[in-house]
Amino acid sequence: MGHTLIEKIIMRNTGKASVKAGDIEIVKADRVMIHDIFIPFVADKFHEMGFTKVWDQDKVVLIYDHLVPTSAVEDVRHFQKGDAFVEEQGLTHVHRSDGICHQLMPEMGYARPGDIVFGTDSHTTTYGAVGCFSTGVGYTEMAAVLGTGEMWVRVPKTIRVNINGKLPKGVYAKDIILTLLGDLRADGATYATLEFHGDTVDAMSVASRMTIANMGIEAGAKAALFEPDEKTAAFSKVDYDSVKDLKADPDAVYDKVIDYKAEDFVPVMACPSKVDNIHPVSEVKGTSIDQVFIGSCTNGRLEDLQVAADILRGKHVAKYVKLIVTPASRSIYIEALEKGYIKDLAEAGAIITQPGCGLCCGRACGILTDGERVVATNNRNFLGRMGTNKVEIYLASPATAAMSALTGTIAAVEA
Amino acid sequence: MKEFTGRVWLLPDDVDTDIIIPTEYLALPTVDDMKQYAFSPLREDLAKQIKPGDIIVAGKNFGCGSSREQAPEIIKHLGVACVIAKSYARIFFRNSFNNGLLLLENEHLYDEIKEGDTITVKDGEVVANGKSYPVPAIPQNLMEILEAGGLVKAMQKRNGIA
Amino acid sequence: MTLGEKIIARAAGVQSVKPGEIHTIDVDYLMSNDGTTHLTIDMFHNQVKKPRIADPKKLVFIIDHNIPAENPKTAAAHKKMREFAKEHDIDFYEGEGVCHQIMVEKYVKPGQFIMGADSHTCSYGALGAFGTGIGCTDFLYAMVTGKSWVLVPETLRFELTGKFREGVYPRDLILTIIRDIGANGANYKVMEFGGEGAHNLSINDRFVLCNLAVEAGAKTGIVEPDEKVTAYLKEHGREGGDLFLPDADAVYEKVYHYDLSQIEPVVAKPDFVDTAVPVAEVEGVEIQEAFLGSCNNGRIDELRVAAEILKGHKVSEHVRFLIAPASRDVYLQAIDEGLVKTFMEAGAMMMNPNCSVCWGSCQGVIGEGETLISTGTRNFKGRAGHKDSKVYLANAAVVTKSAIAGHITNSL
Repeated sequence: MGHTLIEKIIMRNTGKASVKAGDIEIVKADRVMIHDIFIPFVADKFHEMGFTKVWDQDKVVLIYDHLVPTSAVEDVRHFQKGDAFVEEQGLTHVHRSDGICHQLMPEMGYARPGDIVFGTDSHTTTYGAVGCFSTGVGYTEMAAVLGTGEMWVRVPKTIRVNINGKLPKGVYAKDIILTLLGDLRADGATYATLEFHGDTVDAMSVASRMTIANMGIEAGAKAALFEPDEKTAAFSKVDYDSVKDLKADPDAVYDKVIDYKAEDFVPVMACPSKVDNIHPVSEVKGTSIDQVFIGSCTNGRLEDLQVAADILRGKHVAKYVKLIVTPASRSIYIEALEKGYIKDLAEAGAIITQPGCGLCCGRACGILTDGERVVATNNRNFLGRMGTNKVEIYLASPATAAMSALTGTIAAVEA
Repeated sequence: MKEFTGRVWLLPDDVDTDIIIPTEYLALPTVDDMKQYAFSPLREDLAKQIKPGDIIVAGKNFGCGSSREQAPEIIKHLGVACVIAKSYARIFFRNSFNNGLLLLENEHLYDEIKEGDTITVKDGEVVANGKSYPVPAIPQNLMEILEAGGLVKAMQKRNGIA
Repeated sequence: MTLGEKIIARAAGVQSVKPGEIHTIDVDYLMSNDGTTHLTIDMFHNQVKKPRIADPKKLVFIIDHNIPAENPKTAAAHKKMREFAKEHDIDFYEGEGVCHQIMVEKYVKPGQFIMGADSHTCSYGALGAFGTGIGCTDFLYAMVTGKSWVLVPETLRFELTGKFREGVYPRDLILTIIRDIGANGANYKVMEFGGEGAHNLSINDRFVLCNLAVEAGAKTGIVEPDEKVTAYLKEHGREGGDLFLPDADAVYEKVYHYDLSQIEPVVAKPDFVDTAVPVAEVEGVEIQEAFLGSCNNGRIDELRVAAEILKGHKVSEHVRFLIAPASRDVYLQAIDEGLVKTFMEAGAMMMNPNCSVCWGSCQGVIGEGETLISTGTRNFKGRAGHKDSKVYLANAAVVTKSAIAGHITNSL
């Protein structure tokens, strides 16, 4: 009997000839990621557990992103705790203002095809875009992994998602994952792996796959995986031959198989205040808005900025509407500068911020108040996520977000 | 597992981690500073009303959202004896056991009781209003963490300091 | 009459004025930012019997202090401001840059009398205008009546000669002057800058001088306008105004002489602006954060200085170096000149144009026991964050070199 991709990765990690869904396995961490919000807790728990040395100082990546730039006096405490831990443990991979953790992990080659990576953040699923089994853990669990280099996992069952065909104009990876979330619901993949296949997926950039993998968690998934291909190998700077066996077997056992025709997708939004409250943009078109946010580990990459720049170039954001653009990483910001997207967006009236989590984590960079409405490209629209619980958050693709900023009302690129 | 009885607070489907503890309070120095804001986007006064020994009964997908461990930690600090939901989000599930918070699952309990009811938790079942609701057994590796009092204590045991 | 007296006389519609007189004046512009506008709006609704605005075209509302908003409270203040501006058709800017920079780029003309609900409104003397900071109540009165009153101040004359040496900036001059005369040395007075040395200065340099006048307690700072002002206006699509010059027999309370070629780079120590010392005296003080920006020092000139120094260097991994251009125009020009790229490649953090660290409540807030070196306007206790943190003020070159070194220095 064949194996799914997640089973293959776990087999590769454990050296076992076969594992199957439901098995409990002890796996070795190829990398771990800790971000600024949780490092004080991880360090404390690590010491409290009686550990003195991390299992491998080169396999721990510490990233400051949620609190960059600081917006409150207490924020700095997280950096101080983090820096002290770096010093004590001799950690070699530290990023203090280079962008969002989930962008940096694949971008910097910390998370590669076939790796198993744990991170103290739910959107760690993002690295599934390069065929890496990556998933979020709490800080206590992370402290134990730092000490032991291992963690137990229950091998997840797999939901296979096939997407074939050509996406219509104005439809992007974000619309695919939002549609899937609407169909699966917010708990539809709990403790399962989502495995993506089909020629639509094959044609996608790694960045678009990251958008999809990033939001796998919003259906409760433990992982959201794409088989590594030549594009992945180039992106991750690995030899394709070394990862080409990371493919699901034709006779792999799936919990469920879902088929989509790319031509059927339309621009959609997650309407307030659940990620699975999905509606076609056409249903909410014309609703007035106060702010637009383009950024986050879901949609703050170069191709996202490009889409927005193409829509806004030579035009201007609607009066009294704010457009906030937060590139996902320092290198994306620089690339977008070189390509002219930053200038296009700034000339169109966008407020461009330092790369980081920005508004998505609800601590700064564009918080809203009662009665305000925002179209955002990030991954969560929970009640109170971006201000008070009377803020309405609509999640959408960068194209829909840019069109909405331009018109001051909810709008999608017309097919 | 020792039998216990508690008063019920009812919470709906998809209670996310931003509801359990909103991000704006996450940088407060301790969980005790944070716990007064628990569930505040949903029910402002709930944190103050919860008494030690109370039980939260919830709908499906409880604890969905972020990996913030303050979520189960705060529930534990409020003195909640256990949560019984239709289902849980994965990271929250691990985090709860790692912090010594017992989670049980039952599909029907939520729909058949009301807030303020008193229910009894026993091995393999929950008894409410004279009716028995079965709950699945907890896997052995999780029971060990729970019995040690959480993952920190379990690791201390492993490192020979407890 | 002095330069300030001439502007007041014009605004009051009288032939001449003398220090100590009180005059009713017409205000040319009233500028208010998100620091206090929401309070003024509340007062407008609650304390004025028949609330009306004398001339909405004289009002300018600018959101620059907490943008993008960092909590629902500031977002609510912004919303109130935005809706009021919309309702009364008031010129409104959000996220376009620091209010004073926008005023100078888009509104100020020489000879005008402008009031702003912000202490650094004194900056407009860079273009030969009289700008002065007022509180909410004064603002409300002027907003409703179109007029205000002014007690004609005494004038201190600063006669400037020579040119700065390489590595010395107008910021060093003004910090030196404030040290010499003290933080209340120009209390309720006008600081008038003139002489050949003043005419050598660019508009940017004049902005730097006038902007900090309030830190010596001055009601405003004004530089004698000349053809550079006319050229600046033309570049920014404006013309006109009155290029007043002081009379030969103008009466000054005191005249100071400064030779620009004698000025040294200085650093103002915590927690007061009038504490400037030569950089060498504080060399080696460890810093955790550096800030380049503000209405004082966030223009293209300072960004160029910083970029030139940063080329081929990296910001210290122990320093958070935040850079906030003073306006969108400055930011766009910095993009065109490749400066933004240099900053990002060097590891600095690029902020959107706004008050940023200088305002100390929204971006780059510093923590307990931390030290910041800044091109901002103030170094008062707790200005940038925790009450037990320290702020040093210096020019753009010293700030940038310190960010690279990890400690205060003027040499790399």
